[in-house]
Amino acid sequence: MKAIYGLYSSGRSAQQAFNRLKAAGIVERDIVVMSAQPMEDFEFGRSDNKTWMWWIACAGGLIGMATAFGLSWLTEMSWPINVGGLPTFAWWPNLIIIFELTMLGAILATVITLVVSAGLGRRPGFYDPAVTDGKILVGVANPSESSVRELESALEAVPGSQVKTI
Amino acid sequence: MTHPSPSHINRDLLRPLLQTSWRFYLLVGLLGSVVLTALVAWLSQAFFGFGITGIRWPIYWGFYVTSFVFWIGISHAGTLISAILRLVNAGWRRPVTRCAEVITVFALMIGALFPIIHLGRPWLAFWLFPYPSERLIWPNFRSPLVWDFFAINTYLTGSVLFLLLPIIPDFAVVRDRSTGLRRKIYSVLALGWAGTPRQWHRLETAMQIMAIGIIPVAVSVHTIVSFDFSMAPVPMWQTTIFGPYFVAGAIFSGIAALLIAMAVLRRFLQLQDYLHPVHFQNLGKLLLVMALLWGYFVFNERLVTYYGNEPSEMAVFWRTQRESFAPLYWTMVICNFVLPLVLMGIRYFRTITGCVIASLGVIVGMWLERFLIIVPSLGHKYLPYTFATYRPQPVEMIIAGTTFVAITLLYVLFAKVVPIISIWELKAGEHTPPSLRPPGSPEHALGELKL
Repeated sequence: MKAIYGLYSSGRSAQQAFNRLKAAGIVERDIVVMSAQPMEDFEFGRSDNKTWMWWIACAGGLIGMATAFGLSWLTEMSWPINVGGLPTFAWWPNLIIIFELTMLGAILATVITLVVSAGLGRRPGFYDPAVTDGKILVGVANPSESSVRELESALEAVPGSQVKTI
Repeated sequence: MTHPSPSHINRDLLRPLLQTSWRFYLLVGLLGSVVLTALVAWLSQAFFGFGITGIRWPIYWGFYVTSFVFWIGISHAGTLISAILRLVNAGWRRPVTRCAEVITVFALMIGALFPIIHLGRPWLAFWLFPYPSERLIWPNFRSPLVWDFFAINTYLTGSVLFLLLPIIPDFAVVRDRSTGLRRKIYSVLALGWAGTPRQWHRLETAMQIMAIGIIPVAVSVHTIVSFDFSMAPVPMWQTTIFGPYFVAGAIFSGIAALLIAMAVLRRFLQLQDYLHPVHFQNLGKLLLVMALLWGYFVFNERLVTYYGNEPSEMAVFWRTQRESFAPLYWTMVICNFVLPLVLMGIRYFRTITGCVIASLGVIVGMWLERFLIIVPSLGHKYLPYTFATYRPQPVEMIIAGTTFVAITLLYVLFAKVVPIISIWELKAGEHTPPSLRPPGSPEHALGELKL
């Protein structure tokens, strides 16, 4: 069996199913939840919300800043042209290039972190199109044969559930 | 106010993607043929040279640079407004943000074309790129034109990503509702999106970071475009007010473009359930604020010049106030200040129709503003031998005018392949959290002023 899951119409019932799976001995990281919108108001929607993305964005910005500094320094010093009496390497005009590449570095680092940490580009283990129709999927991937009956009853115990096995 | 169910939202917002009528092909055909005409005009300019345009010494910047500055200004509609509304978590932003972000991307793309159109030898545009030539000469990083290259490309890259990231969950919705080849294409575009809490959290964090990053970039872009002028010793250009003046003008024209786009989408895609009058009223109030700010900047610029009484500056000043450019100048003042003040300031007129009329006026007025910054100053510099007039020729008019058709075409094509309102954000706005909300709608009006 690939997975067992229930589809729920509201966050409240999905939370009940989530709690029942935990009570059945499933650890939180093994419970799969999928929804059509962020559900941070519920406990299941807040799982796995630790990220280094802010720090990685800052690091990306620093790399962008260093690149811009190096680019402007090396190119201006390798061909020193007198422009309006400014120093060969003038801070004021170069700050513009440095600022733009700093922000570009932060933006690109953010997007790369998103793609990698959210697992974009990888197929999910299982999926149900009802999720994008507003249902909330709560289930377990690759359950052991011995636990299927117990999981099924835990998921079905919530009123209005629609339990499926694939 | 009715709250549509998730399936209702899917059905309404996916209808333009999944159903195509002959009207769509007719519209695309018409718009496409106009764009082709401009392409022919541009090719003829490249073939015959700049002699067929009205651009000649000393007025080298005419319709093309006017359009460049204008479209970069329009691009401030989207990403900047969307980023601010996201950061302050304005509930009414949800149906508006994508309409706005799309304008940014397309306006930037069109604006960025103008420096290339403005080149006599456009095939050498790559000379602007920062790479060493065979003599190891790099572009001059101290030139405002190179700053433009970096600023516009950073903003374009950031805006494209800012637009694309929140589309991924909506691609998953389309994937789940389509079949055949379309399903395959949208499966690739959805990047395996499943909607796990981890994915939602990462996406929202990324959008927050990008919103914080994109606001200063947006401000910097138009400030740097203003440096193209204020760094040059030309009468009425070398002023410190140009940076904020250009940014305010850009946001002003951007809001106007957004209001027009929203009204057109609401009418033709039947989005009355999603784009409510309150969205127009809120943006209309922003338009009013920007009209006042624009008036304040113009007053500052004019008063300081007048008191300075520097002869070369005063010559340009009077050309726009009471001589040859006066009709254009006062049209600009009416379009940018009087019209929005009346239509958006009086509550009775702040309807969808009122917003569209005021916005059309602002679009015309802001294009005139860019033109009046460029041409009168270049045609009347310090010494009489530099005095000249500018007469735009058909090739310039066709190319500049067609950009409005081109952005419409791009918008129509985009709305055909991507839900023009963010489906997941709309659903998130409709979903009720466990603790009961106080009565009332999250789509509250902006402020409670009864003007």
